[in-house]
Amino acid sequence: MNNQTAPFGLSADALGRLVLIDADGVRHIGVDPVRSFPITDPQRWISIRDSRGKEVAFVEDLKELHPPTRRTLEEELARREFIPQLKRIVRMTNDTPPIRFDVETDRGPTEFLLNSEDDIRRLGPNTFLIVDSAGVRYLIANYSALDAHSRRWLDRVL
Amino acid sequence: MESFSHLSSALPAPWQATVAAQLQPGETLSAWLELDLDCELRYRATLLVLTDRRLLELSDPQAATAQPDADLARAWVVRQDLSLSSVERFSIGTLQLAEASGRLAHWRYTVARASAVAHLVHEFDVHLQRLRGESVDEKGAHQLLCPSCGTSYSDALDECPSCNAAIEDDDPPQYSALFRLWRFAKPRMGTILLGGILTFACTAAQLIPPYLTVPLVDDVLTPAQEGGANAVNWRLLYFCLAGLVGSELLAWILTWARNYVLAWASERVAADIRNETYSHLQRLSLEFFSTKRTGDLITRVSTDSDRICNFISLNVVDFISDLLMIAGTAVILLTMNPLLAVITLVPIPFVAWLSSWVRLRLKQSFRHGGVIWAEMTSILADTIPGIRVVKAFAQETREIDRFDGINHRVLSVNDRANRLWAFFGPSIDLFTGLGVVIIWAFGAWQIIQGNIKLGILTAFLAYTYKFYTKLRSISWMVNATQRTANSARRIFEVLDRTSTVPEPVKPIHPGRLIGAIELEDVSFKYGNRTVLSHINLAIKPGEMIGLVGQSGSGKSTLINLICRFYDVADGSIRADGGDLRSFPVEEYRQNIGIVLQEPFLFYGTIADNIAYGKPQATRREIIAAARAAGAHEFILNLPEGYDAVVGERGQSLSGGERQRISIARALLIDPRILILDEATSSVDTETERDIQQALDHLIQGRTTIAIAHRLSTLRKADRLVVMERGNIVQVGPHHELLQQPGVYARLHKAQVEMATAGAPVAAG
Repeated sequence: MNNQTAPFGLSADALGRLVLIDADGVRHIGVDPVRSFPITDPQRWISIRDSRGKEVAFVEDLKELHPPTRRTLEEELARREFIPQLKRIVRMTNDTPPIRFDVETDRGPTEFLLNSEDDIRRLGPNTFLIVDSAGVRYLIANYSALDAHSRRWLDRVL
Repeated sequence: MESFSHLSSALPAPWQATVAAQLQPGETLSAWLELDLDCELRYRATLLVLTDRRLLELSDPQAATAQPDADLARAWVVRQDLSLSSVERFSIGTLQLAEASGRLAHWRYTVARASAVAHLVHEFDVHLQRLRGESVDEKGAHQLLCPSCGTSYSDALDECPSCNAAIEDDDPPQYSALFRLWRFAKPRMGTILLGGILTFACTAAQLIPPYLTVPLVDDVLTPAQEGGANAVNWRLLYFCLAGLVGSELLAWILTWARNYVLAWASERVAADIRNETYSHLQRLSLEFFSTKRTGDLITRVSTDSDRICNFISLNVVDFISDLLMIAGTAVILLTMNPLLAVITLVPIPFVAWLSSWVRLRLKQSFRHGGVIWAEMTSILADTIPGIRVVKAFAQETREIDRFDGINHRVLSVNDRANRLWAFFGPSIDLFTGLGVVIIWAFGAWQIIQGNIKLGILTAFLAYTYKFYTKLRSISWMVNATQRTANSARRIFEVLDRTSTVPEPVKPIHPGRLIGAIELEDVSFKYGNRTVLSHINLAIKPGEMIGLVGQSGSGKSTLINLICRFYDVADGSIRADGGDLRSFPVEEYRQNIGIVLQEPFLFYGTIADNIAYGKPQATRREIIAAARAAGAHEFILNLPEGYDAVVGERGQSLSGGERQRISIARALLIDPRILILDEATSSVDTETERDIQQALDHLIQGRTTIAIAHRLSTLRKADRLVVMERGNIVQVGPHHELLQQPGVYARLHKAQVEMATAGAPVAAG
């Protein structure tokens, strides 16, 4: 609780590992930033852990960081995250799970298998998170912004 | 004399005169007790009265008049060598008055009187102490004694909780259940009234068309048939056709509006019922839930309320509109041709008789159906959460068979209802069909006689058709009414139940407690099994108490009482000097944090689960609590961190992880009183060490009561309380108890032996 927003330096070393120099000047090589609330509050509460999973720094708010540190941290976080956003549903094989989805995402077209309706989580009135059979998560950021064709498909499971 | 007037006013009315007649001048009452059995264990009332000098036994005044020679009263002067003692075994007890040389008298009673008996014995002992000149410990000025059942209760309550509960147990009358739904309909009365008006208008609109057929047949078609095209009254023809179209359109729009308005209202009524039932359920004490099965309660909130919704939106409206239609048609029929109208009514008595005959039989079937359906849901609610046990013991086939068995019972009950129902519908059709034939026959005869015209007969038949259709749909109401009355009864059964942990009438707000707990002469029973008897214990603020004892020694019950999941049967528990029963339940429990052996995680995110006791907690507080509980690190190992959803029983987390989340949950509300009920007994030793660290954080500065089988878990306890068969047998710090011969030393020795005996085995 004491290391919140403690001053620290963050940089990438030659091997691409993230190095954190904490307030006491100790170098932690290969640290890993993690969001505590990746869905409900992604811009705050960032934990930076060493290679063994022990927390070495905690950022309450990205805005409080020095711009260069913040940029490094945001880049690193972005590199670790993979939540494709669904742009269009091309086809669904079935009405009831398991359902194979044929979709277009912001990261390109893909296919995935949905095992259970429980794996669709409503985050807000128009926001949904889908976890496929492999554990990959897909975001529907705004259901109403989807085209009518995709919505018709989705209505079968939402 | 003051004490006499006080007590005698509380005496049941039939006894007052008898007691007054027996008292000597200047004699005052100090306690009384109405026993419910005689010595042959038959129900018969006997009154025992303790005065300042004598113990009196009075027989039931009514029974005494039947046997005039029987002794009305016996009396014993209270002497120092007398003793009064009670023994209870299962459901009956014996109260015995003895002197040194032997028994003087004895009485029997059911355990319902047990606490009243205990009170009398106590008063008797106080009396003896006075006789011996000992100082008398005047106990419990804050305790009142219930005049009707003798249970002691706090004066913060206006009524005796145990009597009150007993009264509420009586079955509410079944038939009124349907009418009691009025309470829920009332707030939507405006809309329902609008629906009623629309219904009336619909019915009127539906009655127009056949009326227009009279001039159509008699003044247009019949002349046209007889006189050819010249005789056709075109104006009237167009008028009639336009009228027919218009009335159909009107009926269409009105019915549409009516259906919408009433569906809207009934949906809301049902939602209100669901909400009220659920919130009432939530407020009931644990006792209620331990006697009801989950599936049954789920059915009540979901299926039963839905059935009521359907009833209001469809059946009641149909019923009213059918009644209006029948009345309207009857009036029209009578004005058109009274004789013909009377004949139309011939089938009605048969229909009515058949309906009531079927209704009685269906009622039974539906009641059985409801019970069995709930049982079936209960099986589902049992086995689906317990699926791991089922699979582990390879009992799938048995569970399938069990379900099959109950499904068969559902089938047979429904079959019986269906057989009746299958017979009922066509029978009504037969009666009404025969009715139509009678009208044809009579109408034909009337036309041949020249008494009526063809148009009248056509209209008559059209009206009769409507009339019978409505009659038939009213008979359908039989089914719906029975089902709904049953559902309503089941819902009111829940709503009528009052919590056995009642809210005080004159609440004292505990605010934030300091955390001193005193148990004074606390007794508790499950049914007639005494679980705790005469427990006295004072816990200082911030003290940690370890409860030790074998299973069934009453440790968990003691904790349940301190949490006020149940109320004490006798004696009192005070927190910071105030009786628990004088605090509003919720306000008191806000001071309590509890960590159970099996941590329960609700379906939701980890953050939600940690913040369960304090939903408004900030993310900073949630993270801080998780850190203190040693949960922060493993939470961040989950891909969604604090936003990760955990299942109903937190399937995706390990036992130790779930336990740490529940510790974080308890930490977050910063409770003054902390209860640890075997918090570490379901995890391995290494995890236990981690959890123990988290717990050490948690207990600092809080009054803590911990139950643990492993005595090593209680090393931080300031005092250990050793319990055996509902009694406290030893109290003191670990090292003191170890030196005394007794239960604790024995338990400790056994555990040490087991640990040392187990070590080589584990190593080998």
